Amino acid sequence: MLISQPRIPAAAHCTLPVMETTQHHHPAPAAPVGPPPAPIAGTETATLNIEGMTCASCSNFVEKALSRTPGVKSATVNLASEKATIEYLPGQIDRAGLRAAVEQAGYGVHEASPAVAANVLASDEELDARKAAAYENLKRRFQVAVALAVVVMGLSMLMLWPAMMSRVSMPVLNYVLLALTLPVLLYSGREFFVSAWNGFLHRTASMDTLIAVGTGAAFLYSLAATLIPGWFRQHGIMPEVYYDTTATIIALILLGKVLESRAKSKTSAAIKALMGLQAKTARVVRGGQEMDVPIEQVLVGDEVLVRPGEKVATDGLILTGRSAVDESMLTGESLPVEKKEGDNVFGATLNKTGSFRFRVSKVGAETMLAQIVKLVEEAQGSRAPIQQLADKVSAVFVPVVIMIAIATFVVWFDFAPEASRVPLALVGFVAVLIIACPCALGLATPTAIMVGTGKGAEHGVLIRNAEALEKAEKVTTVLLDKTGTITRGEPAVTDFVPTNGDTPAHLLPLLAAVERQSEHPLAEAVVRYADAQGAAAGTTPLTATAFQAYEGRGAGATVDGQVILLGNRRLLSENNVVLSSETEQAAAQLLSQAKTVLYAAIGGHVAALIGVADTVRESSLAAIQALQADGIEVVMMTGDNQQTAAKVAEQVGIKRFFAEVLPADKASKVKELQAEGRVVAMVGDGINDAPALAQADIGLAMGGGTDVAMEAAGITLMRSDLQGVVTAIDLSRQTMRTIKQNLFFAFIYNTLGIPIAAGLLYPFTGWLLSPMLAAGAMALSSVSVLTNSLRLRGYQAKA
Amino acid sequence: MDTSQIIVTLVGVGLLAFVGWFFFLAPHRVAAAVSSLAGVQQVDIVVKGGYSPNVIEVEHGKPVQLNFYRDEEGTCSEELLLPDFNIRRDLAPFKTTAIEFLPKQAGTFEFTCGMHMLRGSLVVK
Repeated sequence: MLISQPRIPAAAHCTLPVMETTQHHHPAPAAPVGPPPAPIAGTETATLNIEGMTCASCSNFVEKALSRTPGVKSATVNLASEKATIEYLPGQIDRAGLRAAVEQAGYGVHEASPAVAANVLASDEELDARKAAAYENLKRRFQVAVALAVVVMGLSMLMLWPAMMSRVSMPVLNYVLLALTLPVLLYSGREFFVSAWNGFLHRTASMDTLIAVGTGAAFLYSLAATLIPGWFRQHGIMPEVYYDTTATIIALILLGKVLESRAKSKTSAAIKALMGLQAKTARVVRGGQEMDVPIEQVLVGDEVLVRPGEKVATDGLILTGRSAVDESMLTGESLPVEKKEGDNVFGATLNKTGSFRFRVSKVGAETMLAQIVKLVEEAQGSRAPIQQLADKVSAVFVPVVIMIAIATFVVWFDFAPEASRVPLALVGFVAVLIIACPCALGLATPTAIMVGTGKGAEHGVLIRNAEALEKAEKVTTVLLDKTGTITRGEPAVTDFVPTNGDTPAHLLPLLAAVERQSEHPLAEAVVRYADAQGAAAGTTPLTATAFQAYEGRGAGATVDGQVILLGNRRLLSENNVVLSSETEQAAAQLLSQAKTVLYAAIGGHVAALIGVADTVRESSLAAIQALQADGIEVVMMTGDNQQTAAKVAEQVGIKRFFAEVLPADKASKVKELQAEGRVVAMVGDGINDAPALAQADIGLAMGGGTDVAMEAAGITLMRSDLQGVVTAIDLSRQTMRTIKQNLFFAFIYNTLGIPIAAGLLYPFTGWLLSPMLAAGAMALSSVSVLTNSLRLRGYQAKA
Repeated sequence: MDTSQIIVTLVGVGLLAFVGWFFFLAPHRVAAAVSSLAGVQQVDIVVKGGYSPNVIEVEHGKPVQLNFYRDEEGTCSEELLLPDFNIRRDLAPFKTTAIEFLPKQAGTFEFTCGMHMLRGSLVVK
């Protein structure tokens, strides 16, 4: 079975230079490849990346060469994608044989390893090289234009000096100016004319059309005045030339392009910086030996060694060792994170203090870094609703400007005094074409979004798309799910009450020794508390023997010769430990504060009560205050009872809260707030809160490093505290402000500039805009918009 | 009004009408040929002052690969946007850039240059 040959625009492709490599574009965003064509019985299908094809006849040649090879059933070669799809009989020929057949035909086969092909982090070096070359070329054309324009300008100015005017022959000077202007037009300005012509063939008009028509008109008029001045005089027109105008316009527009190109490359600097974070090599342990391996060759399941000061190569799970890891590049969290056995580590983060080994769990496009890059890239490709008007205007802008310019010419010609009507009409026509700047409109929104989303990623705020950014700006109310956002979402010891008159310093090491053996989250909380207290007191940990876990009740062990029990009340009553009434009272008080109570018994007597609860993060109060200072109402929602909720709310300065909210009712609480006319941002952990996040005007998921691509959330926060919410809203406000400034400027610039250039002010003030000034204004307008967007790069998160 | 004014006015009005018709009214849609390779709907598009073809019809639910060959250096076409699929890609001059995505729903989606002046449409059926 043959696959139909794709239509290939042969004429276009024959001008292709010989390619050395196949495409290096980013891989498709998770586009699953469809089922391969059903193979003929016993055949297999292979895809080869072919190098060196420059035109349709090349691809036909490769296709024929492959089809004639014994063992090949059919072959299809696609020139555009530079791929050959071959169906072959595995018994007769293999991949290497197919490769040889292609090479014999004079072309190459590029074997891309799947790991490399799947890596979004591989920056496109070829694209960068071509961009750099294009920039150099642009600069050269600009330099030539400037050098010649200065001379043309100087000579034209000299002629305003009467003493010179009488000595120099006008026609000769005009020919000199023509000779100087030609290279500016044909070399420096060539691109405008080529591009305008290409557009004309497609019935599209761009910036280049305006410049080409404007400078072309000025040049052709001057050319005629140079070649046939007599004809002009016969008709009562002074044969004036506008070579200085032509050359200067091109020089100024190119200056604008050079500046624009420089500024534009900076808008994507953040994402490039992210890509650059990836480690180049990893120290892999294979067969008991350590070796440095290029990152592309690291496989899932490999064991990787990381020493202090080294970058973590890719994502994985720590096998042995412990350390502090700086994850600020991914999460924006400035403090290093403690990592131990069993914890996740992420590629591109920086190992600080200790050494550890980890087992690779993700490589390439699967890693956290690659997902972040992908998310930011997608956000930068999204369309902002605010841009709609500008887009509509851009679509009709150029043809409309051309029509205005024609009308300007006609009006001046018909109404200006006869002696000056031709120059006035021409100057008006050219000035209108040159001053119009659709680019400012086109750049206003996307550049700000690119800088804004990139900046967000730097701070651990991942914005899904431009729409999310717009929504975040409008937020009036932030609804927080208490657990995991305001609080840590993990238990911590809040109260330690000795009941037998002993001191905590004596009791804690004993209890910690038991709990160290347990894996229960409550036990971990006790160990953490004891460690923190012990570190302050400088005590050494004790060891426990005869450890026993009582499921659902607690644990027991012998420490320092004493039998210790630690668990719930049932554990104690089962072991016939009696509680005094004072102890009962203390326990009841802890319980009333919605705390979990652990009972500790030593040698059959109650020794202490431990209150455990989810604790408020230190940063929560400051973050909530920052939001409130920005005029946002912060509302809390929790499954806890009224009393506990009120206590937490008071602690962090929240006035309004919903208590005893069942998980299923979270979304309806969002609706309730929306019904009050509020624009609601819902902050949750992204897993349990998905419906509420989706219901909210904007959902912010606190990732805490779990999953970057959270579908329900418009914004994912990599940091696991509320500071990210402050940054997200603040950054979106600043970005939107920049966009509005840009759009305002771009619209005002064009709506004022075009009428002024057309000479609307002339009847009242006698002002006419020189086309050269128009060119300067136009060059500056798009650069101003870009520069304004780049100001966002200096964004600092509120502390 | 002298003769030359009458001529200029008439030519001007004629040009206005021509520009309006040429850019806004005249039909200039060029449909695309879609080839299917290993289940991927592939379309080759040449970028040169515009997109040819500029109307691309594909089926939904099957991956699409648009091969943009940028046959010019002019900066207007250096970026390609397909906002409905969150795609913004730089097109290198004189090189094919493949853009892959999976259209899940039917509809008409626009693809444009970075400045929204060159346009084409993707019709998903």
